[in-house]
Amino acid sequence: MEPVDRTAPAGETPEGAPEAVSTLTLRVNGTARTLTVDNRTTLLDALRDHLDLTGSKKGCDHGQCGACTVLLDGRRVNSCLLLAVVCAGASVTTVEGLSDGDRLHPVQEAFVARDALQCGYCTPGQICSAVALLHEAADGQPSYVTPPERSPDGPVSLTPEEIRERMSGNICRCGAYPNIVDAIEEAAR
Amino acid sequence: MTSQLVRPTTGAVRRDARQKVTGEARYAVDRTPPGCLHACPVPATVARGRVTAVHAEAVLQRPGVRAVLTHENAPRLGEADDPTLLLLQDDRVPHRGWYVAVVVADTPEIAREAAEVLDVDYAVEDHDVLLRADHPDLYTPEEANGGHPAVRERGDFAPAFAASPVRVDATYSMSALHNHPMEPHASTARWEDGGLTVYDSSQGASTVRDVLAGLFELPPERVTVVSAFVGGGFGSKGTPRPPCVLASMASRHTGRPVRLVLPRRELAAVVGHRAPTVQRVRIGASEEGVISALSHEVVTQTSTVKEFVEQAAVPARAMYTSPHSFTGHRVVALDVPSPSWMRAPGEASGMYALESAMDELAGAVGVDPVELRLRNEPDAEPDSGKPFSSRGLADCLREGARRFGWEGRDPRPGVRRDGDLLWGTGVASATYPVLLSPCKASAHAGPDGLYTVRVDATDIGTGARTVLAQIAAEALGVPLDSVRVELGSSVLPDAPVAGGSSGTGSWGWAAHKACTALREELAGRSGPLPSEGVTVEADTEEETGQESPYARHAFGAHFAEVRVDTVTGEVRVSRLLGVYAAGRILNPRTARSQFIGGMTMGLGMALTEHSTMDPAFGDYTERDLASYHVPACADVPAIEAHWVEEHDPHLNPMGSKGIGEIGIVGTAAAIANAVHHATGVRLRDLPLTPDRLLPHLR
Repeated sequence: MEPVDRTAPAGETPEGAPEAVSTLTLRVNGTARTLTVDNRTTLLDALRDHLDLTGSKKGCDHGQCGACTVLLDGRRVNSCLLLAVVCAGASVTTVEGLSDGDRLHPVQEAFVARDALQCGYCTPGQICSAVALLHEAADGQPSYVTPPERSPDGPVSLTPEEIRERMSGNICRCGAYPNIVDAIEEAAR
Repeated sequence: MTSQLVRPTTGAVRRDARQKVTGEARYAVDRTPPGCLHACPVPATVARGRVTAVHAEAVLQRPGVRAVLTHENAPRLGEADDPTLLLLQDDRVPHRGWYVAVVVADTPEIAREAAEVLDVDYAVEDHDVLLRADHPDLYTPEEANGGHPAVRERGDFAPAFAASPVRVDATYSMSALHNHPMEPHASTARWEDGGLTVYDSSQGASTVRDVLAGLFELPPERVTVVSAFVGGGFGSKGTPRPPCVLASMASRHTGRPVRLVLPRRELAAVVGHRAPTVQRVRIGASEEGVISALSHEVVTQTSTVKEFVEQAAVPARAMYTSPHSFTGHRVVALDVPSPSWMRAPGEASGMYALESAMDELAGAVGVDPVELRLRNEPDAEPDSGKPFSSRGLADCLREGARRFGWEGRDPRPGVRRDGDLLWGTGVASATYPVLLSPCKASAHAGPDGLYTVRVDATDIGTGARTVLAQIAAEALGVPLDSVRVELGSSVLPDAPVAGGSSGTGSWGWAAHKACTALREELAGRSGPLPSEGVTVEADTEEETGQESPYARHAFGAHFAEVRVDTVTGEVRVSRLLGVYAAGRILNPRTARSQFIGGMTMGLGMALTEHSTMDPAFGDYTERDLASYHVPACADVPAIEAHWVEEHDPHLNPMGSKGIGEIGIVGTAAAIANAVHHATGVRLRDLPLTPDRLLPHLR
């Protein structure tokens, strides 16, 4: 049994909250976290407002920008489109959970080295998306631009075109795309 | 597909990159102090009228709702130069989306639902929201944005144009555009002991502090504004916006900290945008393409709340030889949201029209468009007669042409076909003025051998933290890693906003001055430093207040290659290259990122971004990122950005010009010119969406 973390900030059980609340446990970045949320609370707001994991960002709240991308049981999802209650029991990895202590994840390293960010607001989502992308390609999952003649069992080769296509769910208004593609290419090597 | 990777491998690494890739960086939206309440604003649902009743009682009975602020009970505000901030002060609704109430509750969910069900009654009045070039209420303002005179005349345009052997007369239009930074505008405000602290998503905390002090009638030292990390702004956070006012009001009213984050769908109405323009450009030239007469007339709109005039005719005053010139703006105040700054206001829209017209002139005289621009290089700034402190346009055009492989280009439009695709190339010039504002800074030398520079600069993604450290280290003559930079808080020495591509020049000058003085101070000392170290303060009010005898601008050249699908009408940019002359480039790594970012926004301006005014409802229909199409990763090719060496002693001690905006300036015209070259179709209405292009394609 994992220890239940009770260090969530004030507001976890809001004063005057409606009765429609649920208590659930999420495994967040390797640690079980139990929290009581309004049933309308999204996974994103649960992470940000209840667990103080503010790395995942809210850009549009409509699943259109990708800033809220996290890994849910290993797959990338827009956490603003999921209610926290439907994620009960799931394993969530946020940008805060990617590095190993002080050692950055290779995708994080590559984003720093290639200046693949400017304001940084979309960056956690871009990085979570990129981490998932590397797994998807390694697993051989095709995209719209994957050549149909490739071997169906092997990994997908991550050309710039593949990366651009697979990263198009993550908007960067600063326009760091060329450097983001470059960084992911580097991390894929 | 070949890959042309541009590797930003030189220049100091962005100092806050690690905080940004790990999620440690805290933006305004990430501040939720203990006991924080949550506010949700209520936008007006009519385009013009008056609020006759706000039925707050029903909402106040909901569990968790703490307050409903309206014009009847909100704190009275003091003075503001910007009337868009005088919120909840009266019953008037000047446009749809104007805030008429704020709901404050224990949680964001409760606040949001209560705001959505809050019943507001209006007395509705007829509205007028459509810009027309023949609108009867158009008038000539005194000034356009930036303090530029609305109208300038030199020589005698009309007869010179009439007598010109070659004439271009074309009208270009652009819909409104929205900044849409990734971080929505947000504030967390807290009143404590009669003072106010605000975490605000802003491009300039000193300015927000001063404005809030005026509105809430506090001495400025009682207000602290923190904008440590800002998720983009592009001008829309260059002036204080409703969240800081409403959150401060709500906090004062409830006595608790209050967080207010604007929903994305409300940004279109309340945080500014690039106003739509209708621009008529007339050029009279010789058979060789040398311009004798140039007229640029701009029609645009503002709101009834305040006058903002997009200064789109201003770049024509600086760009080309034009002995006879007329440049003017007319504006109409409509029942629409207030326009404001969006990346390169004036230049981005104006240069789209001017550079498209130059392309049309090149076609009319049969001269290569690069060569045409070289033939119209002026000896001095045409409008002012001042000499240029440096003018690298010709170098940018030549260097860009060389790198792009422009030489030998077949000028004929519509002849390069590859299956269903037509392809072509285009070029356009870019320009952006050198702006500087007074700034304060301090420099501290500690006994530990470390140095600290303090200035209330804002790093909105430009890399200010990094480049200010470089400037300081160079001025001090010390290693870069011995310099710390503190910025993003109004407790630091006052600084101007991150806007007008003036941040590095203005903040950097103050940092340079403080560090230079500190170096001299240290050189005159012997023995160890006192335990508190040595601090020197600097203010550049005097230096930046002097009018330069020179015309000072950055220049650039953009080259684009496009492929147009004749079946779908879709335009894809296959290559985009920019060359800039922007003084000394202080950090190649972060500079390249800014240039590329500006060009990407220009690509969106050319092809996908538009905001459509709904005549019936009086609001912009594109209110989310599924309908307002900013470029996505797959839309953007490997962009190249280069620069030419420029040593200009008439700028600032660093020799730098601003680089944050020029990247967008000529990009849309270069792409539109390439679309013409590809297809033979000249559309004069941005963006070049498939529905507009397809009817002209076979």
